[in-house]
Amino acid sequence: MSVGDEPLLRVRGLGKHFPVRSGPRGRGLVRAVDGLDFDVRAGETLGLVGESGCGKTTTGRMLVRLLEPTAGSIEFAGRDITHAGRRELRPLRQDLQIIFQDPYASLNPRHTVGRIIAMPLLVNGIDPPGGVKARVRELLELVGLNPEHYNRYPHEFSGGQRQRIGIARALALRPKLIVADEPVSALDVSIQAQVVNLLRDLQRDLGLAFVFIAHDLAVVRHFCQRVAVMYLGRIVEIGDRDDIYERPQHPYTRALLSAVPDVTTLGPAGRIRLAGDVPTPLNPPSGCRFRTRCWKARDICAAEEPPLVPRDGGNQATACHFPESGPAGAGSGPAGAAPAAAGTGASVEEVSR
Amino acid sequence: MDRPESAPSGEPDRPAVPEQRAGDPYLRVSDLRVRFDTADGVVRAVDGVSFAVERGRTLGIVGESGSGKSVTSLAVLGLHDPKRTTITGEISVGGRQLVGQPDEEVRRLRGRDMAMIFQDPLSALHPYYTVGRQIAEAYRVHHPRVSRREARRRAVDMLGRVGIPQPGRRFDQYPHEFSGGMRQRVVIAMALVNDPDLLIADEPTTALDVTVQAQILDLLADLQAEFHSAIIMITHDLGVVSQVADEVLVMYGGRAVEHGSVEQVLRRPQHPYTWGLLSSVPSLHGDADADLVPIRGNPPSLINLPAGCAFHPRCRYADRNGDRSRAQVPELRPAGAPGHLVACHLSADDRTRLYAEDIAHVGVAR
Amino acid sequence: MSMSPVEGVALAEVESGGDADAPKEEKGFVGRSPGQLAWLRLRGDRTAMVSGALLVFFVLVALSAPLIELLYGIGPSDQFQHKLDRFGMPLGYAGGVSGDHFFGLEPGLGRDIFIRLVYGLRTSLLIAFAAAVITAVLGIALGALAGYLGGWLDAVINWVTDLVLAMPFLIIALALTPTLTLRFYGERDAVSPAFGVGVLIAVFAIFGWTSTARLVRGQVIALREREFVEAAKASGAGLGHMLFRQLLPNIWAPILVSFSLAVPQFITSEAALSFIGVGLTEETPSFGRMIYQSLVYLQTDPAFVFFPGVAIFALVFAFNLFGDALRDALDPKSSR
Repeated sequence: MSVGDEPLLRVRGLGKHFPVRSGPRGRGLVRAVDGLDFDVRAGETLGLVGESGCGKTTTGRMLVRLLEPTAGSIEFAGRDITHAGRRELRPLRQDLQIIFQDPYASLNPRHTVGRIIAMPLLVNGIDPPGGVKARVRELLELVGLNPEHYNRYPHEFSGGQRQRIGIARALALRPKLIVADEPVSALDVSIQAQVVNLLRDLQRDLGLAFVFIAHDLAVVRHFCQRVAVMYLGRIVEIGDRDDIYERPQHPYTRALLSAVPDVTTLGPAGRIRLAGDVPTPLNPPSGCRFRTRCWKARDICAAEEPPLVPRDGGNQATACHFPESGPAGAGSGPAGAAPAAAGTGASVEEVSR
Repeated sequence: MDRPESAPSGEPDRPAVPEQRAGDPYLRVSDLRVRFDTADGVVRAVDGVSFAVERGRTLGIVGESGSGKSVTSLAVLGLHDPKRTTITGEISVGGRQLVGQPDEEVRRLRGRDMAMIFQDPLSALHPYYTVGRQIAEAYRVHHPRVSRREARRRAVDMLGRVGIPQPGRRFDQYPHEFSGGMRQRVVIAMALVNDPDLLIADEPTTALDVTVQAQILDLLADLQAEFHSAIIMITHDLGVVSQVADEVLVMYGGRAVEHGSVEQVLRRPQHPYTWGLLSSVPSLHGDADADLVPIRGNPPSLINLPAGCAFHPRCRYADRNGDRSRAQVPELRPAGAPGHLVACHLSADDRTRLYAEDIAHVGVAR
Repeated sequence: MSMSPVEGVALAEVESGGDADAPKEEKGFVGRSPGQLAWLRLRGDRTAMVSGALLVFFVLVALSAPLIELLYGIGPSDQFQHKLDRFGMPLGYAGGVSGDHFFGLEPGLGRDIFIRLVYGLRTSLLIAFAAAVITAVLGIALGALAGYLGGWLDAVINWVTDLVLAMPFLIIALALTPTLTLRFYGERDAVSPAFGVGVLIAVFAIFGWTSTARLVRGQVIALREREFVEAAKASGAGLGHMLFRQLLPNIWAPILVSFSLAVPQFITSEAALSFIGVGLTEETPSFGRMIYQSLVYLQTDPAFVFFPGVAIFALVFAFNLFGDALRDALDPKSSR
């Protein structure tokens, strides 16, 4: 239907602020997500990566409207769903589904697998051709499970199989977009690849669009065409996969990539050592939020928040006053600026309290 | 602790130790077997595992859930409930036998000669005591004659050593006032306060973010260089192993399937399970569009382990030896290079050829 | 049994070992629901089976009371004054135990103790079960709504719960029962036995729902954040589906346990209220009233105290044992 460049999902200025009681007096506002802009086109996979507390999970929940956004807008297939009610959302629910992280918590232990997978059909009053049972069998087969297992219970399956059940449930309504929230991070190593491959096959065969939320950069690299890197509730860099992984421009993206322990290198390779932890979103640093851990930080970084802008008219947008250039691994590491990094590191400890 | 005390004040009271010959490994585990009796049957959590770690060296134990890797480390520390657990084999720490010793004997070693870092720093710390008090307490347990002030000085010193800024001030703070990475540093400080010769880290960075994980791994490496301790790093993450380990032990279904230097195991792996792990791990390098090659099936249950080679139902090459994989448990045998051991029925030639043909060009194995 | 955290870790590792109970692929396997597994565990528990059999026996006796009366040939109100001596004490040994009167006779009125116990059992079980069912329904409804919807509704229900918990049960029961009786019957009118029973059930229901409501509310809040609930929400499920399909099936276990432990509590409460004279009328046979009346004869006719005492003890004990066994079967982790 939507031909051309019309995105399936259009997110503008999306924010989620939680009121919290901070300390004995006064209330604070946690800006878990702040001013996100991104698009997902039909059949496209966008990875949202970042460390804990960066707001990627909150974003995912807002996209499927499990959380109410407090700012900005979400448009799906041309319709504004930012504050749509349950009834208005109903027709869109079929196109927009979610896969959860925890294969143990995401399946109702008292329901048979058949009932779990059929739930979205029943809730939406859909009677597929051939009946619900036939559809459930078809879905089980699609995700690589024995279709005869529809009357078993979740506890009779292993973690990887349970995650397949969760995927089958998300596929029941033939969605156009799936939000996958850390779908493989709770699985054993040898099982992760099975599920990643399954998701890739489904994505290819069914033309699904994905918002793939993960902290594991290597998994994201194998699944996503585009990648958005988040830090403290904001996107710091977004672009095509190869640009992000081969030519990262934001210092945080570089640090993140270099911190991933990779089997291809033995021994402690030249990592960029970031000082300290992520500051609390209750009281984020002024200006650029990454400046407290950044080895390139100058005065302007504290004063002015860098906008997320594309460089060189390309697809890759970076929110940094001093973006890097050149391939990953090369260029300026923090080596030259180590004393500065150590100096700011101490102040990070204060903030992270 | 109110046990009879004869050592001079301030000195850890180390019992007479059989003289250790130079070059002897600090920890030696031979033919360790750990069994649990459960309502569902006997669980052979560890079945005949042997390894040794020298001071200043790091052994990485790799395995999935249910591989027995954590049970092994808990057995070394003597932390299993003796009522439910049967442990046989030999565990020798600094020349002392641990298996069959009374609890009290093992307890004295624990925390002083060997210490453990757990995955979840929050549950390893008591929420109602300040972190400093917990560290000082851990010190005083093994140094009962030390004054409170002295213990405090030691704890503050340790907090500084693990990279916690302003240790004097943070001594009086509670665990919830620390971030995840800082908490893990506190746990490490607590583990190292008695200057243990053996440090067992069970998935110490799994709960942490990558940038913090990198900090903690660096910290452990620095501390090892400083304290010259033996480290056992238990993890499911081959990436972590490749960074920190000198030697690698791959466990599957409670048994060791491959054992060798990190170079041998990760660069010239010999066991199909190790191959599977390497070819299924996504990497930051190489062709991102190529499919990963997963290991089929699921990890086995320890209650109902497949007969023969426990890996055979998931092994692509199990049929090459007729019924042997199904019938006979393969023994850990030398696999060519010195120190490299593998438990597989495939012949050495087969392994070399299969690795070159099927594995070497896939994923991170390259 | 206590277990060190480390031990727990090790055990978890062992237990998470893949398809521990993965059934064999063939032979058209039908999955075992968690309920069926609990039933299997319950069947393997000897205490549960013995106490359960005892309970079934009690319930059968209570249900077939008129039949027993027919076979026994004596009604609960029949008086055998001629078998009493001139002080009103039953003739014979042990309070007049004989082939005609299995448990002997009441001193004074000379009614048969056995058949009064049978009918007393009926009264006690009726009151206890009715009260437990009503409190469970009230508690589930209020607790589930409060827990799932939260907000002002939760606040109001919590407030009412606190209010009810703050009211002194005995004093209110003492004050309420006679007032209610007076309201419907005159000073002199004979109060119908059914009315007394109804008032008792009402009093129990008013005071009893709070614990179930609290329990259900807590469970629902814990489940509300679980991902399978979010999955249903993300599919557009409404309130009815969320409560009845997703949430309640997961909290039947604690509700069942609290139900099975509430019943004996109501039995003893009924006995206690009857004992202090509130509640049931004189002619309604009940454990509490029988024990109350028997205390006068503690020295002269101990058998009169013995039989009702043993009966109520056995009943409550069996219920409590069964409730505990049920808890263990439904949640095997709690007993470790």
